[in-house]
Amino acid sequence: MAKQIVKALDGAKAVAEAMRQIEPDVVAAYPITPQTEIVQTFSQFVADGLVNTEFIPVESEHAAMSACIGASAAGARVMTATAANGLALMWETLYIAASLRLPIVMSVVNRALSAPLNIHCDHSDSMGARDAGWIQIFAENPQEAYDNTIQAIRIAEHPDILLPVMSMQDGFITGHGVERVEVLEDKAVKEFVGEYKALYSLLDIDQPKTFGAWAFYDYYFEFKRQQTEALSKVPQVVREIGKEYGELSGRYYDLFSAYELDDAEVAIVVLASTAGTARVVVRKLRQEGIKVGLLKPRLYRPFPGKELVEALKHVKVIGVMDRSIAFGSIEGCGPLFLDLCASFYTYGNGKGPQIVDYIFGLGGRDILPEQIEGMVKELLRIAETGKVPYRVGYLGLRE
Amino acid sequence: MKGMVEIRWHGRGGQGVVTAGEILAEAAMEEGKYFQAFPDYGPERMGAPIKAYTRISDSPIEIHSQITSPDIVVVVDPTLIGLVNVAEGLKDGGTIVLNTSLSPQEAREKLGLEGKNVRVFTVDASQIAMKYFGRNIPNTPMLGALVKATGLVSLESVIRLTEERLGTKVSEDIIQANVKAIKEAYETVKEG
Repeated sequence: MAKQIVKALDGAKAVAEAMRQIEPDVVAAYPITPQTEIVQTFSQFVADGLVNTEFIPVESEHAAMSACIGASAAGARVMTATAANGLALMWETLYIAASLRLPIVMSVVNRALSAPLNIHCDHSDSMGARDAGWIQIFAENPQEAYDNTIQAIRIAEHPDILLPVMSMQDGFITGHGVERVEVLEDKAVKEFVGEYKALYSLLDIDQPKTFGAWAFYDYYFEFKRQQTEALSKVPQVVREIGKEYGELSGRYYDLFSAYELDDAEVAIVVLASTAGTARVVVRKLRQEGIKVGLLKPRLYRPFPGKELVEALKHVKVIGVMDRSIAFGSIEGCGPLFLDLCASFYTYGNGKGPQIVDYIFGLGGRDILPEQIEGMVKELLRIAETGKVPYRVGYLGLRE
Repeated sequence: MKGMVEIRWHGRGGQGVVTAGEILAEAAMEEGKYFQAFPDYGPERMGAPIKAYTRISDSPIEIHSQITSPDIVVVVDPTLIGLVNVAEGLKDGGTIVLNTSLSPQEAREKLGLEGKNVRVFTVDASQIAMKYFGRNIPNTPMLGALVKATGLVSLESVIRLTEERLGTKVSEDIIQANVKAIKEAYETVKEG
């Protein structure tokens, strides 16, 4: 296993540290709010001459992704970072990056979308981009944010994939939260990510290529089909790279992580930092003899539905915790609930647990262990009585 | 959760409260412990009441909630006493360290903690800050007082990390003034 240094880093600085070690050819980013410390810290590395990266401060987030697309099409290894409304402003260009099959890696520090004005954590921003064709990976803490950033390069650039990756973490909770982070040596990271050699480059004048030219009803459809085909190969690649990274760092990564799930009667499914809080609750309730387990999805897009159904099919009731609302969806539910329900319908052979959704933490509203414990007690009542009082509930809402 | 200590900091924007929490976390790291340090940001503005949190533990910390029942409360700004319920949720057997010119007994009375199983410490960190920096930035002396009151980390670690933290930002004179302020607060903090 490679040597590592323990540092006190918040999630944003942990990502900036990974970016310094990766040393991409180009970083184009918008340097003003809602930007996070990632770009500020990285631009300092550039100014200090610690990296040989072309840093392009642009006039908007739309321009940031546009510049990333141009640089990536030219054959550069490209990274950027954004959050909240910044990501929303990229919307048009996100689809272009994915459709041009450009392996851009973007760190997203999840924050609520306006209005009203809010700078705190929820998942509305990246959930709004979940159908854009990007790979999406969530991190629980600064350590995972660091590790995922490094792995994202390999996932994006894998010859079977060639798709952009969003690497997420919770705004403020981990983005501004200083924790213990084990950092690999620069050389180990450089070796792990390797040299990037673009398969096709705009600047390769011996083999001229066109990116994103006209394709009407004659070929557009086929491009889209190829995107879904590439996405279908992502879980396998994520697993391989997670294992390889584990051999390097001692920290192994998979599509999701399960805790006390094997004999669980009820299960919590939740993304990102709240999974840590939920694990504390599960540990406590297990000591009281309650059969509760936890599943934390890591890969969110493509959604590993088949694997999640396999892992959860034995439980009686699932409590999904959603940190955003898929407005207008059934019962006003969240996207994670929708994906899980669809997965059970598709892969569950006509059977499956009751699934209840709990919206929580919007706009940074704190989520406490007691609230999660209360939710588990409700799941147990549903398991016992078979009666589902409501399909979508709320945790920590003032009503 | 065995062996985890939860600390809540109260101060005002611009007093280095978040930095103090981070220095404490870094000191814990040097001593091989796990930690979290995170702010509770509202609209960021100079002088507004703010809170920050630090967790220190012997084992990995997984909880990502805010701290509602702290083991330790540190009040960096004296004008918050009586304005903000700084002792809210403080655990039975907990400790509160206050920057104030009041005696520990007076502070206990003012906070309504008479007869409660809570240790109260006071130090005039603002006066110490004025003496050494000429500015009311009492964050580093409060670290000295906290270390004396709780023994969470060593004084040496806090001094070294304060030096490191300030190292690139300010002159050597100011760094040394901070070290003196930390030591004076360490020596003059009183329990009652």
